[in-house]
Amino acid sequence: MAPAVPRSGDAIFANVERVNSELFTLTYGAIVRQLLTDLEEVEEVNKQLDQMGYNIGIRLIDEFLAKSNVTRCVNFRETAEVIAKVGFKMFLGVTASVTNWDSEGTSCSLILEDNPLIDFVELPDTCQGLYYCNILSGVVRGALEMVSMKTEITWVRDMLKGDDAFELQCQLVNYPGGENLIILFTCLILADQRV
Amino acid sequence: MIGAGKIKQYTNVLDKPLSKGKQEVSLGAFAYLFSELVQYNQTQVDNIGELEKRLEDAGYAVGTRVLELLCNREKGNRRETRLLGILSFIHSTVWKVLFGKVADSLEKGTEHEDEYMISEKELLVNRFISVPKDMGSFNCGAFVAGVVRGVLDNAGFPAVVTAHFVPVDGQQRPRTTILIKFAEEVIYLFIYMYM
Repeated sequence: MAPAVPRSGDAIFANVERVNSELFTLTYGAIVRQLLTDLEEVEEVNKQLDQMGYNIGIRLIDEFLAKSNVTRCVNFRETAEVIAKVGFKMFLGVTASVTNWDSEGTSCSLILEDNPLIDFVELPDTCQGLYYCNILSGVVRGALEMVSMKTEITWVRDMLKGDDAFELQCQLVNYPGGENLIILFTCLILADQRV
Repeated sequence: MIGAGKIKQYTNVLDKPLSKGKQEVSLGAFAYLFSELVQYNQTQVDNIGELEKRLEDAGYAVGTRVLELLCNREKGNRRETRLLGILSFIHSTVWKVLFGKVADSLEKGTEHEDEYMISEKELLVNRFISVPKDMGSFNCGAFVAGVVRGVLDNAGFPAVVTAHFVPVDGQQRPRTTILIKFAEEVIYLFIYMYM
Protein backbone atom coordinates (compact mmCIF):
# COMPACT_ATOMS: atom_id res chain seq x y z
CA MET A 1 0.00 0.00 0.00
CA ALA A 2 1.34 3.42 -0.91
CA PRO A 3 2.11 5.62 2.08
CA ALA A 4 -0.74 8.01 2.81
CA VAL A 5 -0.02 11.64 2.04
CA PRO A 6 -0.38 14.02 5.00
CA ARG A 7 -3.49 16.13 4.57
CA SER A 8 -3.75 19.85 5.07
CA GLY A 9 -5.67 21.26 8.00
CA ASP A 10 -8.14 22.97 5.67
CA ALA A 11 -8.91 19.76 3.83
CA ILE A 12 -9.56 17.86 7.05
CA PHE A 13 -11.65 20.63 8.57
CA ALA A 14 -13.75 20.80 5.41
CA ASN A 15 -14.50 17.08 5.69
CA VAL A 16 -15.14 16.54 9.38
CA GLU A 17 -18.52 17.08 10.98
CA ARG A 18 -18.73 20.51 12.53
CA VAL A 19 -20.82 22.32 15.10
CA ASN A 20 -21.55 25.99 15.63
CA SER A 21 -18.68 27.52 17.56
CA GLU A 22 -21.11 29.38 19.82
CA LEU A 23 -22.30 26.12 21.38
CA PHE A 24 -18.66 25.25 21.98
CA THR A 25 -17.80 28.68 23.38
CA LEU A 26 -20.79 28.88 25.69
CA THR A 27 -20.29 25.34 26.95
CA TYR A 28 -16.68 26.13 27.74
CA GLY A 29 -17.82 29.28 29.53
CA ALA A 30 -20.22 27.18 31.60
CA ILE A 31 -17.36 24.85 32.55
CA VAL A 32 -15.11 27.71 33.63
CA ARG A 33 -17.92 29.26 35.65
CA GLN A 34 -18.64 25.94 37.36
CA LEU A 35 -14.97 25.54 38.24
CA LEU A 36 -14.80 29.05 39.66
CA THR A 37 -17.79 28.34 41.88
CA ASP A 38 -16.51 24.94 43.00
CA LEU A 39 -12.85 25.66 43.54
CA GLU A 40 -12.98 29.33 44.53
CA GLU A 41 -9.22 29.86 44.01
CA VAL A 42 -8.24 31.10 40.55
CA GLU A 43 -5.00 29.12 40.80
CA GLU A 44 -6.93 25.90 41.36
CA VAL A 45 -9.14 26.66 38.36
CA ASN A 46 -6.05 27.12 36.18
CA LYS A 47 -4.80 23.73 37.36
CA GLN A 48 -8.10 21.98 36.77
CA LEU A 49 -8.47 23.48 33.27
CA ASP A 50 -4.96 22.31 32.43
CA GLN A 51 -5.80 18.83 33.71
CA MET A 52 -8.98 18.69 31.63
CA GLY A 53 -7.00 19.81 28.60
CA TYR A 54 -4.44 17.10 29.28
CA ASN A 55 -7.19 14.46 29.45
CA ILE A 56 -8.51 15.71 26.12
CA GLY A 57 -5.03 15.86 24.56
CA ILE A 58 -4.21 12.24 25.30
CA ARG A 59 -7.40 11.14 23.52
CA LEU A 60 -7.45 13.76 20.80
CA ILE A 61 -4.06 12.71 19.44
CA ASP A 62 -5.59 9.44 18.17
CA GLU A 63 -8.20 11.23 16.12
CA PHE A 64 -5.57 13.66 14.94
CA LEU A 65 -3.17 10.98 13.72
CA ALA A 66 -5.95 8.92 12.16
CA LYS A 67 -7.35 11.81 10.15
CA SER A 68 -4.25 13.76 9.24
CA ASN A 69 -1.96 10.95 7.98
CA VAL A 70 0.87 12.84 9.63
CA THR A 71 3.77 10.55 10.43
CA ARG A 72 6.59 10.96 12.91
CA CYS A 73 8.02 14.47 12.83
CA VAL A 74 11.78 14.68 12.32
CA ASN A 75 12.22 17.49 14.84
CA PHE A 76 10.40 19.83 17.15
CA ARG A 77 10.26 22.50 14.45
CA GLU A 78 8.17 20.28 12.25
CA THR A 79 6.03 19.27 15.20
CA ALA A 80 5.23 22.89 16.03
CA GLU A 81 4.28 23.63 12.42
CA VAL A 82 2.00 20.62 12.31
CA ILE A 83 0.25 21.67 15.54
CA ALA A 84 -0.21 25.22 14.32
CA LYS A 85 -1.28 24.51 10.75
CA VAL A 86 -3.04 21.15 10.98
CA GLY A 87 -3.98 20.59 14.63
CA PHE A 88 -5.57 23.91 15.45
CA LYS A 89 -7.27 24.12 12.07
CA MET A 90 -8.68 20.63 12.22
CA PHE A 91 -10.31 21.02 15.63
CA LEU A 92 -10.96 24.72 16.12
CA GLY A 93 -11.02 25.97 12.55
CA VAL A 94 -8.28 28.53 13.18
CA THR A 95 -4.59 28.48 12.36
CA ALA A 96 -1.76 29.59 14.57
CA SER A 97 1.66 30.82 13.57
CA VAL A 98 4.97 29.70 15.02
CA THR A 99 7.68 32.18 15.97
CA ASN A 100 10.33 33.04 18.56
CA TRP A 101 12.51 29.97 18.04
CA ASP A 102 15.50 29.67 20.31
CA SER A 103 18.83 28.69 18.75
CA GLU A 104 18.56 24.98 19.73
CA GLY A 105 15.11 24.65 18.21
CA THR A 106 13.58 23.41 21.46
CA SER A 107 11.44 26.39 22.36
CA CYS A 108 8.97 28.37 20.30
CA SER A 109 5.77 30.35 20.52
CA LEU A 110 2.41 29.50 19.03
CA ILE A 111 0.54 32.69 18.21
CA LEU A 112 -3.24 32.64 17.96
CA GLU A 113 -5.04 35.73 16.74
CA ASP A 114 -8.43 34.09 16.49
CA ASN A 115 -9.65 32.00 19.34
CA PRO A 116 -13.18 30.64 19.38
CA LEU A 117 -13.01 30.07 23.15
CA ILE A 118 -13.14 33.75 24.03
CA ASP A 119 -16.16 35.04 22.11
CA PHE A 120 -18.43 36.94 24.50
CA VAL A 121 -15.86 36.77 27.30
CA GLU A 122 -14.60 39.56 29.50
CA LEU A 123 -12.48 38.83 32.55
CA PRO A 124 -13.82 40.49 35.70
CA ASP A 125 -11.36 42.15 38.08
CA THR A 126 -11.58 39.27 40.53
CA CYS A 127 -10.34 36.81 37.90
CA GLN A 128 -7.27 38.61 36.61
CA GLY A 129 -5.04 35.67 37.56
CA LEU A 130 -7.15 33.28 35.50
CA TYR A 131 -5.72 31.79 32.32
CA TYR A 132 -9.09 31.48 30.67
CA CYS A 133 -7.82 29.34 27.82
CA ASN A 134 -5.62 27.13 29.97
CA ILE A 135 -7.41 24.09 28.60
CA LEU A 136 -5.62 24.66 25.27
CA SER A 137 -2.16 24.42 26.79
CA GLY A 138 -3.23 21.21 28.50
CA VAL A 139 -4.43 19.78 25.20
CA VAL A 140 -1.13 20.54 23.45
CA ARG A 141 0.88 19.14 26.36
CA GLY A 142 -1.19 15.96 26.59
CA ALA A 143 -1.17 15.32 22.86
CA LEU A 144 2.59 15.82 22.60
CA GLU A 145 3.21 13.53 25.55
CA MET A 146 1.49 10.75 23.64
CA VAL A 147 4.05 11.10 20.88
CA SER A 148 6.85 10.98 23.46
CA MET A 149 7.51 14.70 23.67
CA LYS A 150 7.54 16.19 27.12
CA THR A 151 6.83 19.89 26.97
CA GLU A 152 6.28 22.77 29.32
CA ILE A 153 3.75 25.27 28.10
CA THR A 154 3.21 28.77 29.43
CA TRP A 155 1.02 31.68 28.43
CA VAL A 156 2.96 34.75 27.42
CA ARG A 157 0.23 36.91 25.93
CA ASP A 158 -3.51 36.79 26.50
CA MET A 159 -6.08 38.82 24.57
CA LEU A 160 -8.39 38.83 27.56
CA LYS A 161 -5.72 40.75 29.44
CA GLY A 162 -5.41 43.38 26.74
CA ASP A 163 -2.69 41.82 24.55
CA ASP A 164 -3.04 41.77 20.78
CA ALA A 165 -2.86 37.98 20.44
CA PHE A 166 -2.57 34.74 22.36
CA GLU A 167 0.95 33.47 22.74
CA LEU A 168 1.68 29.99 24.01
CA GLN A 169 5.31 29.31 24.70
CA CYS A 170 6.23 25.67 24.17
CA GLN A 171 9.46 24.44 25.69
CA LEU A 172 10.57 20.94 24.80
CA VAL A 173 11.84 19.36 28.01
CA ASN A 174 13.05 16.04 26.77
CA TYR A 175 12.41 13.89 23.79
CA PRO A 176 13.12 10.26 24.56
CA GLY A 177 11.46 9.26 21.28
CA GLY A 178 14.78 8.34 19.71
CA GLU A 179 15.51 5.67 22.31
CA ASN A 180 12.03 4.27 22.06
CA LEU A 181 12.47 3.95 18.34
CA ILE A 182 15.63 1.87 18.77
CA ILE A 183 13.88 -0.44 21.23
CA LEU A 184 11.00 -0.80 18.81
CA PHE A 185 13.32 -1.69 15.96
CA THR A 186 15.15 -4.22 18.10
CA CYS A 187 11.84 -5.87 18.94
CA LEU A 188 10.87 -5.96 15.27
CA ILE A 189 14.19 -7.54 14.28
CA LEU A 190 13.86 -10.15 17.01
CA ALA A 191 10.31 -10.89 15.95
CA ASP A 192 11.48 -11.22 12.37
CA GLN A 193 14.20 -13.71 13.25
CA ARG A 194 11.75 -15.89 15.10
CA VAL A 195 9.68 -16.24 11.94
CA MET B 1 5.55 48.19 16.38
CA ILE B 2 5.10 48.01 12.63
CA GLY B 3 1.61 47.10 11.55
CA ALA B 4 0.26 47.42 15.06
CA GLY B 5 -2.23 50.01 13.89
CA LYS B 6 -3.86 47.50 11.58
CA ILE B 7 -5.25 45.34 14.35
CA LYS B 8 -8.36 46.85 15.77
CA GLN B 9 -8.35 46.61 19.52
CA TYR B 10 -11.52 45.91 21.45
CA THR B 11 -10.99 46.42 25.11
CA ASN B 12 -14.62 45.95 25.99
CA VAL B 13 -16.54 42.91 24.83
CA LEU B 14 -19.59 45.11 24.21
CA ASP B 15 -17.71 47.22 21.68
CA LYS B 16 -17.23 44.22 19.47
CA PRO B 17 -19.69 43.75 16.64
CA LEU B 18 -22.01 40.80 17.27
CA SER B 19 -20.76 37.79 15.34
CA LYS B 20 -22.96 36.40 12.60
CA GLY B 21 -22.75 32.98 14.18
CA LYS B 22 -21.33 31.30 11.10
CA GLN B 23 -18.08 30.17 12.68
CA GLU B 24 -17.67 26.50 13.30
CA VAL B 25 -15.45 24.12 15.21
CA SER B 26 -15.14 20.39 14.69
CA LEU B 27 -17.70 18.13 16.31
CA GLY B 28 -14.76 16.28 17.87
CA ALA B 29 -13.63 19.38 19.73
CA PHE B 30 -17.09 19.83 21.21
CA ALA B 31 -17.43 16.16 22.07
CA TYR B 32 -14.10 16.13 23.96
CA LEU B 33 -15.06 19.27 25.85
CA PHE B 34 -18.49 17.94 26.73
CA SER B 35 -17.09 14.64 27.94
CA GLU B 36 -14.71 16.55 30.23
CA LEU B 37 -17.68 18.48 31.58
CA VAL B 38 -19.47 15.23 32.38
CA GLN B 39 -16.39 13.58 33.86
CA TYR B 40 -15.52 16.55 36.02
CA ASN B 41 -19.04 16.75 37.38
CA GLN B 42 -18.99 13.04 38.08
CA THR B 43 -16.17 13.65 40.54
CA GLN B 44 -18.25 16.23 42.39
CA VAL B 45 -21.37 14.21 43.10
CA ASP B 46 -22.60 11.15 45.00
CA ASN B 47 -25.53 10.13 42.87
CA ILE B 48 -27.08 10.34 39.41
CA GLY B 49 -29.64 12.92 40.46
CA GLU B 50 -26.96 15.37 41.54
CA LEU B 51 -24.97 14.74 38.38
CA GLU B 52 -27.97 15.53 36.21
CA LYS B 53 -28.65 18.60 38.32
CA ARG B 54 -25.13 19.88 37.78
CA LEU B 55 -25.23 19.25 34.05
CA GLU B 56 -28.55 21.03 33.95
CA ASP B 57 -27.06 24.01 35.76
CA ALA B 58 -24.26 24.20 33.20
CA GLY B 59 -26.86 24.06 30.43
CA TYR B 60 -28.97 26.72 32.12
CA ALA B 61 -26.03 29.13 31.93
CA VAL B 62 -25.77 28.42 28.21
CA GLY B 63 -29.52 28.85 27.69
CA THR B 64 -29.54 32.25 29.38
CA ARG B 65 -26.91 33.52 26.97
CA VAL B 66 -28.38 31.86 23.91
CA LEU B 67 -31.69 33.62 24.47
CA GLU B 68 -30.00 36.98 24.78
CA LEU B 69 -27.80 36.38 21.76
CA LEU B 70 -30.53 35.10 19.47
CA CYS B 71 -33.09 37.73 20.44
CA ASN B 72 -30.52 40.31 19.46
CA ARG B 73 -29.38 38.70 16.28
CA GLU B 74 -32.36 36.92 14.81
CA LYS B 75 -35.35 38.75 16.16
CA GLY B 76 -34.37 42.42 16.13
CA ASN B 77 -34.24 42.55 19.91
CA ARG B 78 -37.73 41.20 20.37
CA ARG B 79 -38.59 38.45 22.78
CA GLU B 80 -41.47 36.01 22.53
CA THR B 81 -44.27 36.60 25.00
CA ARG B 82 -46.53 33.77 23.94
CA LEU B 83 -46.17 30.21 25.10
CA LEU B 84 -46.34 28.64 21.66
CA GLY B 85 -44.11 31.35 20.29
CA ILE B 86 -41.30 30.67 22.72
CA LEU B 87 -41.69 26.90 22.27
CA SER B 88 -41.37 27.11 18.52
CA PHE B 89 -38.50 29.56 18.97
CA ILE B 90 -36.67 26.86 20.94
CA HIS B 91 -37.71 24.06 18.62
CA SER B 92 -36.57 25.85 15.48
CA THR B 93 -34.31 28.87 16.05
CA VAL B 94 -32.38 27.76 19.13
CA TRP B 95 -32.04 24.17 17.92
CA LYS B 96 -30.91 25.27 14.48
CA VAL B 97 -28.22 27.55 15.84
CA LEU B 98 -26.92 25.15 18.48
CA PHE B 99 -27.28 21.81 16.73
CA GLY B 100 -27.47 22.76 13.06
CA LYS B 101 -30.97 21.38 12.58
CA VAL B 102 -34.54 21.90 13.70
CA ALA B 103 -35.62 19.53 16.48
CA ASP B 104 -37.38 16.39 15.25
CA SER B 105 -40.66 17.13 16.94
CA LEU B 106 -42.51 19.40 19.31
CA GLU B 107 -45.61 17.94 20.91
CA LYS B 108 -48.11 18.78 23.57
CA GLY B 109 -48.53 16.23 26.33
CA THR B 110 -51.79 14.33 25.98
CA GLU B 111 -52.41 13.78 29.66
CA HIS B 112 -51.44 17.11 31.14
CA GLU B 113 -52.23 20.61 29.93
CA ASP B 114 -48.93 21.98 31.20
CA GLU B 115 -46.59 19.52 29.52
CA TYR B 116 -44.77 19.84 26.23
CA MET B 117 -42.14 17.61 24.68
CA ILE B 118 -39.29 18.19 22.29
CA SER B 119 -37.94 14.96 20.85
CA GLU B 120 -34.74 14.24 19.05
CA LYS B 121 -33.77 10.95 17.48
CA GLU B 122 -30.08 11.39 18.19
CA LEU B 123 -29.31 14.31 20.45
CA LEU B 124 -25.92 15.82 19.74
CA VAL B 125 -24.67 15.49 23.30
CA ASN B 126 -25.73 11.84 23.51
CA ARG B 127 -24.06 10.93 20.28
CA PHE B 128 -20.82 9.55 21.70
CA ILE B 129 -22.18 8.62 25.09
CA SER B 130 -23.12 5.16 26.20
CA VAL B 131 -24.51 5.03 29.69
CA PRO B 132 -23.20 2.14 31.78
CA LYS B 133 -25.84 -0.20 33.23
CA ASP B 134 -25.18 0.82 36.83
CA MET B 135 -26.01 4.41 36.03
CA GLY B 136 -29.56 3.51 35.13
CA SER B 137 -31.59 6.34 33.74
CA PHE B 138 -28.79 8.90 33.59
CA ASN B 139 -29.12 11.05 30.49
CA CYS B 140 -26.58 13.59 29.29
CA GLY B 141 -29.51 15.31 27.67
CA ALA B 142 -29.86 16.95 31.10
CA PHE B 143 -27.45 19.52 29.71
CA VAL B 144 -29.81 20.30 26.83
CA ALA B 145 -32.75 20.27 29.24
CA GLY B 146 -30.83 22.93 31.14
CA VAL B 147 -30.40 24.98 27.97
CA VAL B 148 -34.15 24.79 27.34
CA ARG B 149 -34.92 25.76 30.93
CA GLY B 150 -32.46 28.65 30.72
CA VAL B 151 -34.16 30.02 27.62
CA LEU B 152 -37.69 29.57 29.02
CA ASP B 153 -36.91 30.93 32.46
CA ASN B 154 -35.24 34.07 31.16
CA ALA B 155 -38.04 34.66 28.70
CA GLY B 156 -40.49 34.64 31.60
CA PHE B 157 -41.82 31.10 31.38
CA PRO B 158 -40.53 29.22 34.41
CA ALA B 159 -40.67 25.46 33.91
CA VAL B 160 -39.24 22.18 35.10
CA VAL B 161 -37.36 20.56 32.24
CA THR B 162 -36.06 17.00 32.21
CA ALA B 163 -34.51 14.68 29.66
CA HIS B 164 -35.59 11.07 29.15
CA PHE B 165 -34.69 8.16 26.93
CA VAL B 166 -37.63 6.74 25.04
CA PRO B 167 -37.09 3.40 23.28
CA VAL B 168 -38.14 3.33 19.63
CA ASP B 169 -39.36 0.15 17.91
CA GLY B 170 -36.82 -1.26 15.51
CA GLN B 171 -34.10 1.17 16.57
CA GLN B 172 -31.11 0.17 18.60
CA ARG B 173 -30.71 3.52 20.29
CA PRO B 174 -33.53 5.25 22.11
CA ARG B 175 -34.55 8.75 21.22
CA THR B 176 -34.27 11.56 23.73
CA THR B 177 -37.30 13.48 24.83
CA ILE B 178 -37.01 16.80 26.60
CA LEU B 179 -40.04 17.09 28.84
CA ILE B 180 -41.13 20.62 29.69
CA LYS B 181 -43.55 21.06 32.57
CA PHE B 182 -44.57 24.69 32.94
CA ALA B 183 -45.16 26.36 36.27
CA GLU B 184 -48.78 26.94 37.19
CA GLU B 185 -48.74 30.68 36.63
CA VAL B 186 -47.53 30.25 33.05
CA ILE B 187 -50.47 28.03 32.16
CA TYR B 188 -52.82 30.38 33.95
CA LEU B 189 -51.52 33.30 31.90
CA PHE B 190 -51.67 31.32 28.73
CA ILE B 191 -55.18 30.07 29.17
CA TYR B 192 -56.76 33.23 30.50
CA MET B 193 -54.95 35.96 28.66
CA TYR B 194 -54.22 34.65 25.24
CA MET B 195 -56.91 32.14 24.48
